[in-house]
Amino acid sequence: MNRFDYIRPASVPEAVEAAAVPGSTYLAAGTNLLDLMKGGTARPERVIDITRLPGLDRIEWLPDGSVRVGALVRNSDLAYDDRFARTFPAVAEALLSGASAQLRNAATIGGNLMQRTRCAYFHDLASACNRRAPGSGCDAREGENRLHAVLGWSEHCIATHPSDFCVPLVALDAVAEVEGTRGAREIPVDALHVLPGAAPEQETALAPGELIVSLKIPAEATAFAHNARYLKLRERTSFAFAVVSVAAALEMEAGAIRKARIALGGVAAKPWRAREAEASLAGAEATPEAFAKAAEIALAEARPSGDNAFKIELARRIVARALTLALEGTPEAIPALPASPFSTTPGANHAA
Amino acid sequence: MPLETTSPLPQHRRHGSSAGQPLTRRDGVLKVTGRATYAADNHPDGILYAVTAVSSIARGRVTALDVEAAKAHPGVVEVLTPANRPPLAHDPDEKMPPFGFRVEVLQDDTVRYVNQPIAIVIAETLEAATEGAALLNPVYEVEPARTDLESGKRFDPEGIGIGAPARTAHGDIEAGLAAAVRVTEADYVTPPQYHNAMEPHAVVAQWDGDRVTIDMPNQTLALSCASYAAYFGIPAENVLIRSPFLGGGFGSKAILNGPQILAILAARMLNRPVKLALTRAQMYGPVGHRGRTWQKLRLGVDEEGRLTALHHQALCTTSSFDEFLEPAANASLPLYASPAILAEHEGLRLDVGTPGPMRAPGLASGSAALEVAMDEAAEACGMDPLDFRLANYAETEPVTGKPFSSKALRECYAEGAKRFGWSGRPLAPRTMRDENGFLIGWGMGTAVFHCPHFPAEARATLRADGTALMETAGADMGQGAWTALAQIAAEALGLDPDQVELHSGISSLPDGGIAGGSGHTASAGLALHNAGEDAIARLAELATNDPASPLFGAGNIGVVARSGRLHRRDDESRGESYAEILARAGRSDVVGTAKTARDPAVASAHAMYSHGAVFAEVKVDPDLGQIRVARLVGAFAAGRIINPRLVRSQYFGGMIWGASFALHEEAIADRRTGRIMNADLAEYHVPVNADVPSLDAILIPEDDPHVNPIGVKGVGEIGITGTVGAIANAVWHATGVRVRRFPVRVEDLLISREFA
Ligand SMILES: Cc1cc2nc3c(=O)[nH]c(=O)nc-3n(C[C@H](O)[C@H](O)[C@H](O)COP(=O)(O)OP(=O)(O)OC[C@H]3O[C@@H](n4cnc5c(N)ncnc54)[C@H](O)[C@@H]3O)c2cc1C
Ligand code: SF4
Repeated sequence: MNRFDYIRPASVPEAVEAAAVPGSTYLAAGTNLLDLMKGGTARPERVIDITRLPGLDRIEWLPDGSVRVGALVRNSDLAYDDRFARTFPAVAEALLSGASAQLRNAATIGGNLMQRTRCAYFHDLASACNRRAPGSGCDAREGENRLHAVLGWSEHCIATHPSDFCVPLVALDAVAEVEGTRGAREIPVDALHVLPGAAPEQETALAPGELIVSLKIPAEATAFAHNARYLKLRERTSFAFAVVSVAAALEMEAGAIRKARIALGGVAAKPWRAREAEASLAGAEATPEAFAKAAEIALAEARPSGDNAFKIELARRIVARALTLALEGTPEAIPALPASPFSTTPGANHAA
Repeated sequence: MPLETTSPLPQHRRHGSSAGQPLTRRDGVLKVTGRATYAADNHPDGILYAVTAVSSIARGRVTALDVEAAKAHPGVVEVLTPANRPPLAHDPDEKMPPFGFRVEVLQDDTVRYVNQPIAIVIAETLEAATEGAALLNPVYEVEPARTDLESGKRFDPEGIGIGAPARTAHGDIEAGLAAAVRVTEADYVTPPQYHNAMEPHAVVAQWDGDRVTIDMPNQTLALSCASYAAYFGIPAENVLIRSPFLGGGFGSKAILNGPQILAILAARMLNRPVKLALTRAQMYGPVGHRGRTWQKLRLGVDEEGRLTALHHQALCTTSSFDEFLEPAANASLPLYASPAILAEHEGLRLDVGTPGPMRAPGLASGSAALEVAMDEAAEACGMDPLDFRLANYAETEPVTGKPFSSKALRECYAEGAKRFGWSGRPLAPRTMRDENGFLIGWGMGTAVFHCPHFPAEARATLRADGTALMETAGADMGQGAWTALAQIAAEALGLDPDQVELHSGISSLPDGGIAGGSGHTASAGLALHNAGEDAIARLAELATNDPASPLFGAGNIGVVARSGRLHRRDDESRGESYAEILARAGRSDVVGTAKTARDPAVASAHAMYSHGAVFAEVKVDPDLGQIRVARLVGAFAAGRIINPRLVRSQYFGGMIWGASFALHEEAIADRRTGRIMNADLAEYHVPVNADVPSLDAILIPEDDPHVNPIGVKGVGEIGITGTVGAIANAVWHATGVRVRRFPVRVEDLLISREFA
């Protein structure tokens, strides 16, 4: 039996100390961790319940215009926070395109950042999986992999990171604020998830026992508020992970693009920031040709890891479309069917 | 969704009858307040918990199980493996009549599919049983899994479905094709799908000597009693099955399965109540599924757009050890007139659990292919798809030439098309866009489902207080059977439905027949109807022979039952209440019974089907290829409608299932191992509300004097048929891309010329 100790620390220092013992795992809302434990993919020896830690459930606006979001803020609470949604509309849209209303009400933003891949072989204990059992092989490589990675994958692992939320975060240079036994540090979300290389079991840049206490979105990111969208192609309108998704944000100046931000989801083991594509747009006219070229650049390095060549072309098109939608401007309110290509469909008024 | 008001249907409203009224479900409050007791909600004293250990390989042998480790775990009471499994009185490798399925109940160490039970662990707690099963740590001798067309073994089946012939021919196909001016030929593929009823297969079994009480969701109470009796070597009357509520069945709770038999066996062996409930993942194997199909259609068409030949071939999967095959090609038998029709099936053995009937068996997969093929043929002729179907309208059953017992399909086409606005449809694809630039497409399909009738029995007790108790062992799977059956009973008794208490869902009651094949309301309903009439006749006999009754001597003229009273047929003012009649006779009740079946003479004289037409509008993103079903309109004719609210809900459910088949649902098996890689409801996609934003179901009046004396046809499965094709055809009309593989995926569009 997977016996484990259950520890409920009362403070962040206590939590960090408890988690320093090898075999420890933090438990937030458990929407991901408990499933993994039931299936046997995760077998922690110590579960450190952080849900009662004080002070981590706040959304705090700092004098410079940046925002700090506590790790225990619920996905829904953040998405429906009025100021947050107006300031970082693509982040709110991404949050609301994830999972289902019930899950979003429970899930924490720290847990969302740290959720594990949905690769079916990772979850199937009878399969070889380097990420779960280092050195065992990767059964996805020759298996059912139409939804696997097209960027940044290695022969050792072709999994994708499933989070929607992380995609606009990476585009906006968000930073995770982390506490560990060696003190506090900041990790850009872009550097939080790591590509598999030869060691896919190393999923994040967190040192063992480190706790994400909050997330900071810098003041510069507010400049994109008027032209930011998240677009997610999925196989049903709600309660499905992205086949491919894109966060696109533009800072416009006198009809031209001053700065652009582009990140893709569902294509790699981390949210994929397309910096060269962004650079191609800086100072450019916002034309379909420019967007198509940016999309081309964003996917230049992509190659199929299996039956998923279509994702590359799809990703190109979604990049171009998301940029077009961003140029049209952030909608007044979060659209019905958040992040769906059909979100503009009149009469569609379900919050899916 | 625009739910129309569910008003009574005037044409079906018999005077003083509650039938035709949109009553809400009798069990609705119990269900929404959590007070409905499903099988796994039962906790008899001394209960033990059973968990099956299941195979992770598709083919081979179990060479070792660490039974000692499992038994050593605190709380584990017993571990059943092939080594110590007590004997069964019926050989599980022999087919069990009447449905004839073999089951896997630890008869040997072979593994035939993934998720097959290889041991069952019984413990004092669910946790201990779960852990015990995990500790078994099976060692396998693995043989290569046969999972696809290349590795599977093809065979010519003796029969398909439940006892249908594998080949049905009418006319000369090759001659028909030779006579055609145009031949449309195409291949279609449908995926494996799993029933995924919300409620998992659960059982609580308690033995008392050689009597057993079984709480389980069950669609076939009487037949199951007989089958369990055969397995356990006891008389059928010693088996009591209680199935008051089912959380969905869709066919998967009509066939016996290994895990439930093993739990009942364990309860007998240990002489304590045992509970077992499959996990979601364990439902992908031993409890049936809809098998994959590869279908080929060849349609020959003459100058006028009339079929000269309709050839439907289906290669259907089954397990390595049993025979159930989707009767997919038979979808081409009942619908379109053609001088030559040939439906042929071939089997493909794979290392999978045996498929079984799943909502609209055969027709769901077969109609998906046929309706797309019809659309392709219409396109080839330059005809509107609806006109093409009308040109090939069958006035009599195509293969047999029998007249239809009733067939209001023309009205379905007309009303559906009108409500949908079909007449404005341009012939050419890729010609419609909405204001946001999305491609719009309109497609249609014909829906059809046969009307079986199962033998059934019922008992009607008219009580001294003027109320009635109606009894039949039927099954409410969520479709609202308790409500509709009570309406039929009330009508026969001349009472209001709320004066009728309906007992059902327990096998000790008169056999209510099978809740399947869309035949339950008709079958159990007729038995209730006749039992009610029998009770009324007995009551009338009391009254007409009683000199003190105002009805004395009215025997020849006849009496009519209405609103709890009998009155003379020729004089409404002369009558009295049921309570008065019984009181004077000094009786506490009068009991009527009935045993009903379809009259074979009527059955052989007519072809009996429900019909419908489904119209779909889809929107497709012109660059990304994402598809959304914007509207579905279905018009269905299914004889007399007992409860329009429930019927509409069945049509909606069927149409949503059709959307699921067309765009979402597919079990993904690893080609190398046969393991299902999406055996959970997060990854096995069925539609969410936002996937079906607008549904409309039109109830077309239809009077059927032949199908059965109450004129009721089936409505439970037909909604799937027609819908799948309608959506796929709408996708073609929107995009110009013909996708012949289900579910239609974004990459099917993206790789096409049209999306380049
Ligand atoms: C059916 C289903 C569908 C879903 N669909 C989507 C979707 O479409 N898009 C999407 O983005 N997500 C989706 N999700 C994932 C969901 O967003 C995550 O499960 C959720 O965000 C995790 O949050 P939690 O608080 O429950 O985390 P937990 O499950 O408690 O933890 C998850 C992981 O994060 C670690 N962790 C948690 N908090 C911290 C912290 N503060 N510091 C360090 N480590 C921490 C835990 O140790 C654990 O490993 C879906 C989930 C399910 C079950
Ligand atoms: S892709 Fe990665 S997570 Fe999936 S099986 Fe391979 S190694 Fe494991």
